Amino acid sequence: MTETNSTEVWITGIGLATSLGEGLDANWNALGAQRINVDETNFAPYIVHPWAPVNLDTQIPKKGDQRQMEAWQRIGTYAAGLALDSAGVKGNKEILGRMDMIVAAGGGERDIAVDASILSAAAKGNSAPGFLNERLMNDLRPTLFLAQLSNLLAGNIAIVHGVCGTSRTFMGEEAAGIDAARIALARIAAGQSDIALIGGSQNGERKDLLVLYEFGGFNLKDKFAPVWARHNHAGFALGSAGAFLVIESKAHAQARGAKPYARLSNVVADLAQRKQPGEVKATLERLWSKLGKLDGGAIITGATGAEPVTSEERDFLAGHRDFAVRASGTMFGHTMETQFPLGIGLAALSISRGALFPPNDPTGLEVEMAGPPSQIVVIGAGHWRGEGMALVEAIK
Amino acid sequence: MTATRDKFGRPIVVVTGMGVVTSLGAGKADNWKKLTAGESGIRTITRFPIDGLKTTMAGTVDFLTVEPFSSTGLTERLAELATEEALEQSGIGSKGDFPGPLFLAVAPVEVEWPQRFELGRATGDTEISYEALLRASSKPQFNQYHRRFQFGSVAGHLAEKFGTKGSPISLSTACASGATAIQLGVEAIRRGEADVALCVGAEGTVNPEAMVRFSLLSALSTRNEPPQAASKPFSKNRDGFVMAEGAGALVLESYEAATARGAPILGVLAGCGELTDSFHRTRSSPDGKPIIGCMLKTLADAGMTPEQIDHINAHGTATPENDKMEYLTTSAVFGEHATKIPVSSNKSMVGHTISAAGAVEAVFSLLTLEHQRIPPTINYDNPDPAILFDVVGNKARDARVTAVMSNSFGFGGQNASLILTREPA
Repeated sequence: MTETNSTEVWITGIGLATSLGEGLDANWNALGAQRINVDETNFAPYIVHPWAPVNLDTQIPKKGDQRQMEAWQRIGTYAAGLALDSAGVKGNKEILGRMDMIVAAGGGERDIAVDASILSAAAKGNSAPGFLNERLMNDLRPTLFLAQLSNLLAGNIAIVHGVCGTSRTFMGEEAAGIDAARIALARIAAGQSDIALIGGSQNGERKDLLVLYEFGGFNLKDKFAPVWARHNHAGFALGSAGAFLVIESKAHAQARGAKPYARLSNVVADLAQRKQPGEVKATLERLWSKLGKLDGGAIITGATGAEPVTSEERDFLAGHRDFAVRASGTMFGHTMETQFPLGIGLAALSISRGALFPPNDPTGLEVEMAGPPSQIVVIGAGHWRGEGMALVEAIK
Repeated sequence: MTATRDKFGRPIVVVTGMGVVTSLGAGKADNWKKLTAGESGIRTITRFPIDGLKTTMAGTVDFLTVEPFSSTGLTERLAELATEEALEQSGIGSKGDFPGPLFLAVAPVEVEWPQRFELGRATGDTEISYEALLRASSKPQFNQYHRRFQFGSVAGHLAEKFGTKGSPISLSTACASGATAIQLGVEAIRRGEADVALCVGAEGTVNPEAMVRFSLLSALSTRNEPPQAASKPFSKNRDGFVMAEGAGALVLESYEAATARGAPILGVLAGCGELTDSFHRTRSSPDGKPIIGCMLKTLADAGMTPEQIDHINAHGTATPENDKMEYLTTSAVFGEHATKIPVSSNKSMVGHTISAAGAVEAVFSLLTLEHQRIPPTINYDNPDPAILFDVVGNKARDARVTAVMSNSFGFGGQNASLILTREPA
């Protein structure tokens, strides 16, 4: 390690547009009121957290831009704008022109009416050789492709907000969000970058996405329960959220008079093969030991509620009872690539507000925390693969 | 003792192993032979029916079998093959134990039509809704599709098989993805985080919906007959790119670590650069400033002047827009020198391997440096008079090549360039 962590990195912007609302106050107040926004009927028996509507025009002024995007891109582009506002760099062409960006993205939604119509025609016996080709050529909207492409969330953020340094899109479910933070931090710490926008977005109100996770039996069904209360009823409820962060070197922030929410001290990640029971717990212990000096505080985890990973994480947490735990999945649902950036955002917000938000857990794993947190560890253990942790600290 | 750091004090990054698969064949030897002989890998598609498609040819990789077939499964196999070749040449680590991180450029993953039809049949309905598909999705026979259609599945498989370290990164920067994977590897080594990195780009997605999507954006050539003549970079009558499959893999290593273990030094990753275009989702800014800025950043990163570049491995997709912009921006950066540098586009023969292109073309650039021979741009019978490049037309050319710039530009305003040299500066 020659240069890593030689430069202190601050979180100077947070943009949240979630199922609980838009902006830091709305989300903070909802957390304080233990409010959860779930839809148990429209996708029944599946449960999703719907996005709280916003006035898109305030962050995506051109209707033409809004029309070019599908919901996940609008959510993300909106939240990215909030993060830039929060950092005080919105419209600052000099900074945006060299701001680096790492977006953690899945893919865009399909045109489910087209899919259903093609499948129905096939079920009625239409099996001519060119049948699928002709239907796709005639039925797909030409611009839908761009609304589906993973890297076009970053593309839209560049177009709408002018973030134009490097632009990288990481994929790979939960791990993509962890690695976006890890790589952006490493680049700034090593002097390869001064300022970066990181984050992701997901629209959970998607039947095609539910199909993908139903293949693996991961969807929460029938009745909502907090993450830790899903023992006999495992699964995640897809969440809808955009979460973006502006992070920058301390020197860069100070030079422009930016006020930090918190310090992003470390991000570590690994890939357990998960062939044997206990591998995730062991990996989490190893990552924990790499975070740096920890002296008690809080943990915000993106625990999904899926098994067996959530039980392994619960075992891990049992060994760290001096940290008050919060599962973001209870309040926001599982936002996949976005869950880790969301967790960092919530950690930085909690530190800046001088309090951890209240527990929301009937099992008693989450306990009240007295006093302001000075250290919050953000945990991500993917529903299938990928483990990571971030250390967010108060700047004294 | 040789210097192991560049003029900026960063570890020098070299290539110690590489592998490639394209529609021309598997492996460097086969590809290089055919590439320098001006052979095309573009053919009429036989993998699925082509009735009703505007474009009926592609650079498919048909010599690999994947069961059950999926584009993601083929992508995985292509990546595996290219990686095996790269690791063997590099001699790094041991079997199943690669001592560094993985950066994989890969297309976005989604459930594909054969599997969707299978799911549709499993509903037992004739009027199929997504609600019915959802009910059928939980049947045990579909359990395997969760893993298969996770975005991280290909990287996860490679990480497990080759024993790469840490969290493997799957990335997409559209047509620049392969170059971005290499950039991430270079940056990790320069940070001192790793001595060695595995950078792979793979693309196996010639399927009906992918073809239709590009067709609907009018991006593909429709000159279906003969397929070998469809890809015409820098020609006046070029009419779009040809979709293709393939993979490129590079083992990047710090020069210090490579020399310490006596590894083959195949070339140097002297510089990388990237600059985003915010003009439009699919079109470049008309003034070309982002591409110009990307090339200038790359030269600055390598600490080189335009005159030191003696070959450009062009993005050269053969779309009317790309080739024109590539010439205009290159002339802005290179001035008079732009018309004197031999330029060639591998895509004339292997087509556009999309997510893999940056990695595949980096391998071909390194082979160009090794053999001091530039592969041709075939189908160059009708030069575009507005593009004054010294195009290496139709026949390979022997030349003194010490530094190659390889360009990649993609949808979403993605621009990335690499500079590869033979020897450490």
